[in-house]
Amino acid sequence: MSEITHDTLTGSAEDGQRLQFHETTEHHPETGTLLGFWIYLMSDCLIFASLFATYGVLGRSYAHGPTGQELFDLPLVAMNTTLLLLSSITYGFAMLRMQMGRLGGVMVWLAITGLLGAGFLGLELYEFHHLITEDAGPGRSAFLSSFFALVGTHGLHVLFGIVWLVTLLFQLKKHGLIAENRRRLFCLSMFWHFLDVVWIGVFTFVYLMGVLP
Amino acid sequence: MSELDLTKLIFGRLSWESIPFHDPILIGTFIMVAIGGTAVLGFITYKKAWGYLWHEWFTSIDHKKIGIMYMVLGLVMLLRGFADAIMMRIQQAWAFGGSEGYLPPHHYDQIFTAHGVIMIFFVAMPLITGVMNYVVPLQIGARDVAFPFLNNFSFWMTTGGAVLVMASLFVGEFAKTGWLAYPPLSGIIKSPGVGVDYYIWALQIAGVGTLLSGVNLLVTIVKMRAPGMSLMRMPVFTWTALCTNVLIVAAFPVLTAVLAMLALDRYADFAFFTTDLGGNVMMYINLIWIWGHPEVYILILPAFGIFSEVVSTFSRKRLFGYASMVYATVVITVLSYLVWLHHFFTMGSGPTVNSFFGITTMIISIPTGAKVFNWLFTMYRGRIEFEVPMLWTMGFIITFVIGGMTGVLLAVPPADFVLHNSLFLVAHFHNVIIGGVLFGLFAGITYWYPKAFGYKLDPFWGKMSFWFWTIGFYFAFMPLYVLGLMGVTRRMNKFDDPSLQIWFVIAAFGAVLIAIGIASFLIQLYVSYRRRDELRDDSGDPWHGRTLEWSTSSPPPYYNFAFTPRVHDLDAWWQMKEHGYQRPTGGYLPIHMPKNTGAGVILAGISVVLGFALIWHMWLLAGVSFFALLAVTIGHTFNYDRDYHIPADEVAGIEAERTRMLANHV
Amino acid sequence: MVLMSPSGDVAAQQRDLILWSTFLMLLVIVPVIIMAVVFAIRYRAGNDATYKPDWDHSTVLELVIWGAPLLIIIALGAMTWVSTHKLDPYRPLERIDAGRPVPEGVEPLVIEVVSLDWKWLFFYPEQGIATVNELAAPVDRPIRFKITSERVMNSFFIPALAGQIYSMAGMETKLHAVINKPGVYDGFSANYSGAGFSEMRFKFHGLSDADFDAWVAKVKASPKTLTHDIYRELALPSQSHRVTYYASADDTLYHDILNRCLNEGDVCMDEMMAFTELGLPMCIAGDPQDRKARREDNELRELLDLTMADDSDRRSLNQ
Repeated sequence: MSEITHDTLTGSAEDGQRLQFHETTEHHPETGTLLGFWIYLMSDCLIFASLFATYGVLGRSYAHGPTGQELFDLPLVAMNTTLLLLSSITYGFAMLRMQMGRLGGVMVWLAITGLLGAGFLGLELYEFHHLITEDAGPGRSAFLSSFFALVGTHGLHVLFGIVWLVTLLFQLKKHGLIAENRRRLFCLSMFWHFLDVVWIGVFTFVYLMGVLP
Repeated sequence: MSELDLTKLIFGRLSWESIPFHDPILIGTFIMVAIGGTAVLGFITYKKAWGYLWHEWFTSIDHKKIGIMYMVLGLVMLLRGFADAIMMRIQQAWAFGGSEGYLPPHHYDQIFTAHGVIMIFFVAMPLITGVMNYVVPLQIGARDVAFPFLNNFSFWMTTGGAVLVMASLFVGEFAKTGWLAYPPLSGIIKSPGVGVDYYIWALQIAGVGTLLSGVNLLVTIVKMRAPGMSLMRMPVFTWTALCTNVLIVAAFPVLTAVLAMLALDRYADFAFFTTDLGGNVMMYINLIWIWGHPEVYILILPAFGIFSEVVSTFSRKRLFGYASMVYATVVITVLSYLVWLHHFFTMGSGPTVNSFFGITTMIISIPTGAKVFNWLFTMYRGRIEFEVPMLWTMGFIITFVIGGMTGVLLAVPPADFVLHNSLFLVAHFHNVIIGGVLFGLFAGITYWYPKAFGYKLDPFWGKMSFWFWTIGFYFAFMPLYVLGLMGVTRRMNKFDDPSLQIWFVIAAFGAVLIAIGIASFLIQLYVSYRRRDELRDDSGDPWHGRTLEWSTSSPPPYYNFAFTPRVHDLDAWWQMKEHGYQRPTGGYLPIHMPKNTGAGVILAGISVVLGFALIWHMWLLAGVSFFALLAVTIGHTFNYDRDYHIPADEVAGIEAERTRMLANHV
Repeated sequence: MVLMSPSGDVAAQQRDLILWSTFLMLLVIVPVIIMAVVFAIRYRAGNDATYKPDWDHSTVLELVIWGAPLLIIIALGAMTWVSTHKLDPYRPLERIDAGRPVPEGVEPLVIEVVSLDWKWLFFYPEQGIATVNELAAPVDRPIRFKITSERVMNSFFIPALAGQIYSMAGMETKLHAVINKPGVYDGFSANYSGAGFSEMRFKFHGLSDADFDAWVAKVKASPKTLTHDIYRELALPSQSHRVTYYASADDTLYHDILNRCLNEGDVCMDEMMAFTELGLPMCIAGDPQDRKARREDNELRELLDLTMADDSDRRSLNQ
């Protein structure tokens, strides 16, 4: 909106005659996709906020069941965290390649990002499976319900991100780095980093604080 | 055995017993709906209008058409919601002195739940969204919203939710929990049936639509304003739309989250809101009201915006205190997040917490009061023309301040201890929702109708509608205030004390008056259509409007403005008229526009199937429709061919027609 | 209108508060309505009153517009703060009515309330009795209600006596009140709780001391006693349950309903919380299923009692 002018109105007809009341060239408003996606992410953030709040309230309602201290396997989670953080870095490399206009590089780094994400998901599923077989499934206590909901929602987001990423790989292959695809890469980039930030919250708030006595 | 499992896999818990054959009221309704539906569908087929509807409306990404479709949805659902209302009024006026009335609890309880859900989610929300959709891009001088396809998709998702609620009438049942479905009542132990599941999935599907539409309009207002329209030159309606959409984006995710948690409790044995295993019901009540309170401001703010436009237009005067209107709107937006606890002062919070939330609630009445005064001082030294929209505004001002007063009363915690959950409360929120939101919508519909259709609404039937609604409202709800003070609680389906009956009879009479008000409105639509040539407006500016939407033709061309307007003042169109602005009649350029697409209808349709399958535990269908949803979504992203240019010649043709019409007019 | 002419001191103070708040608000509401009508008539088109189409601002008016409601809200806010603290349902009463403070040494009558589907159960620990769907209390003696629910949330409300408060499972809410006039009053659930909700009503009897003693004696004469087993049967959903008297009730029954440990195998919520608070694993008491053993383990009992000492004043989530 660089064209905004702040005309002061004197109110005299002569001045008014000179006011321009319409654009004579084609007016292109800025595209709002990135802003829109950002707003969507913020609303998504509120879903996580609700889940965090729920975990905050219910996180110690063990109902005579196992506690986080007994359940959480920090080395595993640390590995998980590493994978996700690395995937953010590799996504960053993909974006750098995009700026250089190198399609091949973009696709390679994207693929690596997707694999890291899949690794993250695999470990998470392993953890969930382990918990459930130890009779510490989501139905065991309110603490575990809120744990599974929070971590699981994040996991679903990662899964969705991977589906999107794969779709985008096909689209890149088909159309190359055209404006639409660059925009989509930007959006997915925001999404991916957003998931990273949320995960840092999960890691700190759920796992690290969970093993504190 | 395996055959049985297969049936279960395909049909889940749906069986012939799920159809309420035993209930004559429902079967009667079903037959009526079936006959009516067949008639409408037959008529469309007979007129060979399916192609037209599909190409021109269902797949349209034109914000104006989507706006109108939202309005149609809202009005249709209003009839359903009102049918529920009048059934409740009759039951409560009847069930005295040992009489059970005509509605047994299991039916009555569904009706009041459905009434609340439908009126808020499928009447007020679509109508508000419809008006915003129609008006906002025109007021800010834009050609469409920021994401036209999303707009279409949002509309169909909202409709999808409405379809599920309507389906619950004839297939299974609706929730018997009250409109916010508090657990443990809505938990699987106390509500094992499909009712609460209908509730959850209808709201989740509609919620997606609402949220995306919120993002869409927000970006539209932030990014697509005409050059020169700084924030402080934005029409007040657009301001209120901006704040409302901020609230939508910031509140609906909480609803999504809390309903998802309730669904997990019901479907997967989670323990969020159970009474055992450490679950916490208060968590649900807090979260749902963290959404629920902003929700009421989502509804009322655009109504405030409509009144601001109407008052200033019909008083022939600039809006008094524009800046303070804007600040008041913003203050209300922020404060609406700090008051949710006043919906449950009686839950046992400490006095400090209770009085904090009580006082923040009262503080909201300060900007609201300022707004009322601003409208009054806009009228002061004006030339007020009492066209129908202005009548609604007057009715609003007087009715709304009464509702505001009882609202502040309810915000005093010790007073709320005796008034909470009583009919006084019911009277209060109907007082503000009918007197505020609904009157605002009627004002808005009457005000912008000529813009959308090119002819004004018939004023006689408009006045009939106004008077029947207003008088009916007082008859229907003032007795409820009295009953509340008599200690009568809400959601009762029968009463012992015979001295109460007269008040319920008066309230039922009020509901009948309101029914006539609704009928008058529908007659008004019909009569106006028949008399459209007499009521025709060629100027595009029938009320001597002040804002940009009146600068274009009625109905506007699909590109809205041949040339993007340039804004120098709050009342941009008024200023253009004052300066003797000449509309350009040449030099047209090709206009860049988005293409129609059927993806929105298809995606929403699959979502409804998915929702239905989840409600009835039809796991096979749920799986298939989920993957279908994913496949169509991904498929849609492979469509890169989404826009086109309107050739300059076509624009020239349409604008020449407009020039002819304007010449006729003069 | 029972809210306008109540029979208990708390409800009477709530009535006064309603009237005062309404009066304060009318100070601004009445002028608004008058202005709306006057402006509408005076400035209607065709009346030829002053017309100033460009007049859209006045600093003085704006100050008044924001200032007047602000002043009223300051007054109302102060009133709210004071009255909310004074009429906090958790706060023991200081007076019997406007003229009489609670005499020294008078302890409130404790009544434990349980909402069931769809009836009310009342325990009188002092008298050792229990009733269903009938409540009685002596006039002018403070009452301390302790309220919980079997499962579904209800709201305990006797309009003539005092404001309502929710009953919620696994939690205890409190209400202090006093009845000043003998009589029979309506009590009911004010929060919808399912199919039998409309019949979830009871009579509250305000009785003189002598009549109250007679009433207690009448209840004690009942052949019925309330045990855990009978409670489990009572808790099954039923509508329009008739008034029932129990001459005695199990000592721990209310505690076990509140803490959701009716069955021998259950671990009570207060114990769970105490364990969590102490950081003790559940196995410390040996077999977690054996509540009796835990009760007899003195050392553990002391530890738990210590953590639960303030339990009676623990509030719900929104503290």
